[in-house]
Amino acid sequence: MSQIAFLGAIEVGFLFALVALGVFLSFRILQFPDLTVDGSFPLGAAVCASMIVVGIDPYIATFAAAIAGAGAGVVTAWLNVRLKILHLLASILTMIALYSVNLRIMGRPNVALLGETTVFSPLESLDMPMYVSLPIALAVLVLVMKLALDWFLNSEIGLAMRATGVNPRMARAQGIHTDRYIIGGMALSNALVALAGALFAQSQGAADVTLGVGVIVVGLAAVIGGEAVMNTRTIFRATIACVIGSIMYRLAVAGALNSEMIGLKAQDLNLITAVLVTLAMVIPGMRMPFRRKRKGGASS
Amino acid sequence: MIEARQIAVTFNAGTPMETPAMRGIDLTIPKGDFVTVIGSNGAGKSTFLNALAGELRPDSGTIMIDDQDVTNWPTAKRAGLVARVFQDPLGGSCANLTIEENLALAHARGKRRGFGLSVSASVREEFRERISRLNLGLENRLGDRMELLSGGQRQAVSLLMAALQPMKILLLDEHTAALDPKTAAFVLELTREIVSERNLTTLMVTHSMRQALDIGNRTVMLHEGRVVLDVRDEDRRGLKVEDLLHMFEKVRGSEIDDDALLLS
Repeated sequence: MSQIAFLGAIEVGFLFALVALGVFLSFRILQFPDLTVDGSFPLGAAVCASMIVVGIDPYIATFAAAIAGAGAGVVTAWLNVRLKILHLLASILTMIALYSVNLRIMGRPNVALLGETTVFSPLESLDMPMYVSLPIALAVLVLVMKLALDWFLNSEIGLAMRATGVNPRMARAQGIHTDRYIIGGMALSNALVALAGALFAQSQGAADVTLGVGVIVVGLAAVIGGEAVMNTRTIFRATIACVIGSIMYRLAVAGALNSEMIGLKAQDLNLITAVLVTLAMVIPGMRMPFRRKRKGGASS
Repeated sequence: MIEARQIAVTFNAGTPMETPAMRGIDLTIPKGDFVTVIGSNGAGKSTFLNALAGELRPDSGTIMIDDQDVTNWPTAKRAGLVARVFQDPLGGSCANLTIEENLALAHARGKRRGFGLSVSASVREEFRERISRLNLGLENRLGDRMELLSGGQRQAVSLLMAALQPMKILLLDEHTAALDPKTAAFVLELTREIVSERNLTTLMVTHSMRQALDIGNRTVMLHEGRVVLDVRDEDRRGLKVEDLLHMFEKVRGSEIDDDALLLS
């Protein structure tokens, strides 16, 4: 693997760490299997790119993308808690609807950002190549988001959100309006994913309506992969695991695609993803009996 | 004071599975009363407790807590008035949160939750002090996950959680039923202490007639969704389990066949 391919994998790894944190919030904290992600990722890209090409400040455009993502999360949560539609189905409905919404927002299947000013433009004036500065900038951003999320989940509101996912009946008995927490948590989760979409469009130079395909699987791969390699008993560790999982996944994919002898090509990406996720889910399970003896019940 | 007026609930109304769980329950519980509720399976005990807690909205009737009509309040809104301990030791806490996190959840019951740290150093000290009074050695295990505790320890912590904030009524839903006799006695004694210490208005559902007469100052028997017996203080003092059984057989019009009631 060349140095540029390696740094490229790190860059995308950090970007998708934001997706992983969002997926961690919905799947692990709220125990809400949310496929909205496949729609909210390109939604973030579409909103951000469309605003940038009409001359709006890229920071405002990126923020607007996150807000749009939060809106998508609210729709899914609302379908579930108010209209009582099964969570998985509710999220699929939003995801499908977002495909049309994204086409409407962009007015065409893709919007190019070449030559436009983006949030990454200031990096060009630095005394190092973009393929080095971009991963560093994203690492800093992901670290800040991770610490903010840690603090949130350890706050009174965040603790109430965790209780909502673990034991909703008990949560209600403690005065927690579980419906509101599900809506709020889903908004936060999809805002993170849409933010990742917005940054992805800006770093890759285009937004495309098909960007979202398989994002949920990549996010899950990162969450599950991270859990497979480290103990995630505290929130602090669990969010680190999301970031590490995301980078590991990208390196594994880059490694597989770059090794000549296996003969894998770019079109094999989704197949590789499926295999990696399967391995990440099965391998820790096979190790479980030993783990339990040593640590008295490890992560579940 | 709690006033339940003509509470009726029918499950699966309008289907072949239609089950009337409560057919007009009337009960007034003055402040400071400790009521034990007995009745066979399907008598409506749990349904009544769920209706008081807000988990279940009655088809008709009203529920007043301190002259406030709470009939249409959801559980979360009632939480400032009602504290509850569940039958399932796992039901009253979050298994994969730590002991102190569970206490923090209960510490905020009925209060506004903010963005501040949920387990600050000062509340941790308060939790340590309170939990040490259980004499279970849990004061040094605040950071342990709840799932590592035994059923009895969990119920003791659940009781402590319920008592962390003021309440108008404490609901105990067969909270000793899943425990072995020795642990059950410990949890029951703890219940007695907490209730008398704070002069709480309490409703305790139990499966044991012995328990129903031993604890509290008033016993209510439910049968087929109605109150069929309501004895308190003087009248209750002389009652024996056999007397209760006789009354039970009379209202049922048949021999008693519920082993749990006879054996306990």
